Amino acid sequence: MSGESSPEGHGGGWNAPGEEPPAAAPYSAVAHGREGSAPGPVAGLPSGRPGALPDGRPAGAPTARARARTWPFLASELSVMFRRRRTWAMLAALAAVPVLIAVAVRVTGAGSGGEGPAFLDRITHNGLFVVLTALVLCTPLFLPLTVGVVSGDTLAGEAGLGTLRYLLAAPAGRARLLLVKYVGTAVFCAAATSAVLLAGTVAGLALFPSGPVPLLSGDLVDVWTAEGRIVLVGAYVFVSLLGLAAVGLFISTLTDVPVGAMAATVVLAIAAQVLDALPQLDWLHPWLFSHWWLGFADLLRQPVEWTSFGNNAVLQLGYVLVFGALAYGRFATKDVLS
Amino acid sequence: MSGRPAHTPAPVIETHGLTKVFGRQTAVAGLDLSVPAGSVFGFLGPNGSGKTTTIRMLLGLANATSGSASVLGEDMPRRLDAVLPRVGALVEGPAFYPFLSGTANLHRLDAADPHSQPTTRRQRVAGALERVGLQHAAAKKVKAYSLGMKQRLGLANALLRPRELLVLDEPTNGLDPQGTREVRNLVRSLAAEGITVFVSSHLLAEVEQICTHAAIMRAGQLVAQGTLAALRAAGRPLVVVRTPDAGPARGVLAALGLVPGPAGLVPGPATQAVDDMDGPPVTAQFPSAVDAAPAGTPRAEEIVAALVRGGVRVRGFSMESGSLEDRFVELTGEGFDVVR
Repeated sequence: MSGESSPEGHGGGWNAPGEEPPAAAPYSAVAHGREGSAPGPVAGLPSGRPGALPDGRPAGAPTARARARTWPFLASELSVMFRRRRTWAMLAALAAVPVLIAVAVRVTGAGSGGEGPAFLDRITHNGLFVVLTALVLCTPLFLPLTVGVVSGDTLAGEAGLGTLRYLLAAPAGRARLLLVKYVGTAVFCAAATSAVLLAGTVAGLALFPSGPVPLLSGDLVDVWTAEGRIVLVGAYVFVSLLGLAAVGLFISTLTDVPVGAMAATVVLAIAAQVLDALPQLDWLHPWLFSHWWLGFADLLRQPVEWTSFGNNAVLQLGYVLVFGALAYGRFATKDVLS
Repeated sequence: MSGRPAHTPAPVIETHGLTKVFGRQTAVAGLDLSVPAGSVFGFLGPNGSGKTTTIRMLLGLANATSGSASVLGEDMPRRLDAVLPRVGALVEGPAFYPFLSGTANLHRLDAADPHSQPTTRRQRVAGALERVGLQHAAAKKVKAYSLGMKQRLGLANALLRPRELLVLDEPTNGLDPQGTREVRNLVRSLAAEGITVFVSSHLLAEVEQICTHAAIMRAGQLVAQGTLAALRAAGRPLVVVRTPDAGPARGVLAALGLVPGPAGLVPGPATQAVDDMDGPPVTAQFPSAVDAAPAGTPRAEEIVAALVRGGVRVRGFSMESGSLEDRFVELTGEGFDVVR
């Protein structure tokens, strides 16, 4: 026992020379006044004593309350995600794609030769086609890339930082953490799609004429109907990314190295599209999560052809269920040693 | 805790045969730990002796290969959800989001706990930051924090809510001497409030100053456990006599049943500052620990009286109880040999 004093006032009064730390003080020990006015987290609360959660409480009682308090955790997850510069850099890069397309077509006046991605040749006639061209470009590569980064980072990133052990010791609950991480990734999918949609609409309308839009079925619809269809296409692309997000979440439970999980997820997204392009594997095609990715053209017919939307949604839901279950199976019993 | 007498409070942490095997390596082997309520419990051991693995199992981060653990009277990890809100933890160093401020980091970790009150969050975070002296750095991003500041932030996280148990893994790692002292004071004040504190450390001085109980780990096994006094006493006290009459002194000490050290041995710092004219001091060890000593074991004043009676010119006399360090080294081995 040392004879030091407490110049900082933390718990001052407990360190008077020669005073022994109280051995085996019972829980009911009265906290003596401390000289600091700091309302310590222990002494300053109304519930203020250890044992705020009495042993005798009904086991099921806190569950409903705890469930209600998953919203603040989700809000915190989103706030962490959107306070990262990386997130905004990715959204900005996605938003740059339609802007670049619009500017390039505007400057060169090209795009009428029938070459290049679908819809490119129509941009000069109607600015709303900028969005569609951009989505055709982004869906196979740029969007999966960013979703791979975010979903691969979910748990591996927390493990890499070491915050995973503190989240679990909080206790966040493993299933709850997985759920929040997945919903967070889904919100990012929506934000990423919206970035392309918004930037494309603005750039298209700013640089090109607008007016009644010819649909693929040949019908002309007014600008607002066309914009509605574009939002529908955005929803389609968003749903398309959900399966990949679940795959990324599962891969993220396998490693403590976020870059590895990100790379693996992106590689899978590309591999799925390569397999989808091999006619010899046509039996496999309907099972690939990327199979319906570019099927959103059906939403541009009159009346709307919902088949591919439905097929895509069912397929993505299947991936979410299977890989969600795999992720839970892996993570629920995993030793967190990071 | 059936079968326990009603007046004895149940241990706050209790493990039975707790074992963790990684592949072919046994990190923790058959640990029987018992941490009494209200104690400041030092969990000692060299690096790699299984301390952190044990803590991870106690907190439900890792699954035990076999054996059982209970924390605050509840089975872990089965009752994890009920137990962990009552436990504040600092595990294997602090870890935070570098791109968030200290306050934002604590908000994040508090929001992760479904039992914490969102309405009092701001107040509790501010209180915890103030308690560890970080209120002025609260708005700074954690990437600008020093290791010591991160360590304090880790402690603040452990103090976000009223706790019944604090598990602190190497809490003074990276702290400067003032910081170390503040942590000591903090631990004492928490203990005074009735909170049980479980501190793992390889710094013995640390543990000697703040702990009431200790356990010593070696290669995944518990080699000693008990109150600090008992652990210290388990080391045999040493008698040091400064005298020019070395020969007779050794004879007298041997006659009293003590075991004189070899002539000229200088066993510790207490025997170093010696007048040259005296020659090296005479040392003698008690045959057994004081606790277990038979009734006939002489007391210090009796030894001096016997020496004087035997014509020994006593110029200095001291009796050193074994230090925790002696005991630690005795139990865990000396030097840099890592056991596994």
